[in-house]
Amino acid sequence: MIKNILNLGDAALYCDFGSDVNQEINSNVIKYFYHIKKLNLKGITNLTPSYNKLIISYDLNIHSFLSLKKKIENIEIKENNKLEKNLIEIPVCCDNNFALDIKRVENKLKLKSEIILEKFFSKNYFCYMTGFVAGMPFLGDLEKDMRLKRLETPRVKVPKGSVGITEQFCNIYTFETPGGWNILGNTPQNIFDTSNQSNPNLVNPGDTIKFYRITLDQYNEIKR
Amino acid sequence: MKSKDRNYFKILRAGINTTYQDLGRNNLYHIGIPFSGAMDKRNFQLLNSLLQNDYNSPVIEFAYQGPHLKYFGKDIFFCISGNVSFKIITKEGVIDGNSYQCYLLKNGEEVDIHSTNKSVYGYLSINGTFDVDYYWESCSINTQAQIGPNNGNKFSKDLEIEIIDINNSFNKRKLDYLGSTIENIRVIKGTNYDYFSESSQNKFFKESFKITKLSDRMGMRLEGPKIENIVDPNIKSEGLVKGVIQITSAGDPIIMLSDHGTIGGYPKIATVISADYDRLVQLTPGSNIKFKDVSLEDAETLYKLYQMETNNIISQIK
Repeated sequence: MIKNILNLGDAALYCDFGSDVNQEINSNVIKYFYHIKKLNLKGITNLTPSYNKLIISYDLNIHSFLSLKKKIENIEIKENNKLEKNLIEIPVCCDNNFALDIKRVENKLKLKSEIILEKFFSKNYFCYMTGFVAGMPFLGDLEKDMRLKRLETPRVKVPKGSVGITEQFCNIYTFETPGGWNILGNTPQNIFDTSNQSNPNLVNPGDTIKFYRITLDQYNEIKR
Repeated sequence: MKSKDRNYFKILRAGINTTYQDLGRNNLYHIGIPFSGAMDKRNFQLLNSLLQNDYNSPVIEFAYQGPHLKYFGKDIFFCISGNVSFKIITKEGVIDGNSYQCYLLKNGEEVDIHSTNKSVYGYLSINGTFDVDYYWESCSINTQAQIGPNNGNKFSKDLEIEIIDINNSFNKRKLDYLGSTIENIRVIKGTNYDYFSESSQNKFFKESFKITKLSDRMGMRLEGPKIENIVDPNIKSEGLVKGVIQITSAGDPIIMLSDHGTIGGYPKIATVISADYDRLVQLTPGSNIKFKDVSLEDAETLYKLYQMETNNIISQIK
């Protein structure tokens, strides 16, 4: 299922699963990720799954590129290896104070805000990967008529909890960070929990997300 | 705890970016948490060796201007690594300190770390352990994700730093070491090298780039000749590793450093080799750097040589 393994610098394997972004390719990446993680190989310092790549960082004192590449190439993953999938429901408030880019999205998509939100909340989303900042999930796919580009100029600070869309994807800002996604709302739910060190992520690759809409009162109630 | 039983530093001035660091945390990229850890691993290693501490003991890392610390407790030794100017304020007078040399510190005495010289990072530790909490088996502070002791924040004035497990059998040690600098940063071509025009590929290796002020523990932004992308200014977001050089939409290189975001969508033109990372991070804004292309095999050998050199320096500690 890995098409090609290259080196990324001198201390990481770059495993290429294809150039498209779809759930089939991504599920293969995630299967390899969980399989290699379970093997607990000595000298592997990080595994980074993304849409269609898996990067394996290693300790140069223990592995060289060629020897580790051979090891990874010889891994066999059974086709019937099922991915563990959880369904996670996440509340989102789309009050004007939170839907920072709803006007821009209306203009770009030429849809009324109520239609945009109805479409957004009517779908379940697949988690392709988590990262960039701790716990941030990259989810997809949005309907074709819901896709638009990032902001021309990214925000210096996107508030924590913001739910945004860009192209075929949506995500949740788990921390206040710079970012350029179109923000439709905000969740009061904690998506990344530093105090839960064994499982800090609410959402993991392979999971399914269902967003549901809440009022500002409900938002404040959950926040409390 | 009775105050007379405590051994601690009180922070009189925090410095610019002062944090606890160790070797960092592994195997968390997939949830978005980077390695972190001491930026300059050689100086981290030298310091713990000088103080005969465990190889992964926490140290205090500072950048540019360091902290001013006042010590309370029984006699201890401290040591500083890196190219650092500092003063020790004792009851007898003020002494100019030297890096890589251990000094005795008595109750009420102070260490004032003025600056790092022609470098960015310096390190301080003691013949004992800082009493810190561990997050995912590391005490490294990642201020961006607010992970680590001190609620994941950098040090601030009036913070008190507790010291435990003082090694009473410790004797002063020192090292004659002037540090090591670098002229060219050696890199391996990146996975998107062919995204860039031939003339830009040539410029990348022939011309020099200036390190801008927009550089911190997350990344180092460079300016120089614009690198022209002839394929697509974005790639499908994928994992990053430290040392990766991405080219932004504006055509400028940005090098990923220890606290970098784990996923990125800019094409990768090259990656800094592991042997040159410690010296790369010590380059100050305003410095000019040139990139030199090496093969993967050479990079692996150069790393082994670099480690041998580090061990050789450690063997010279007296």
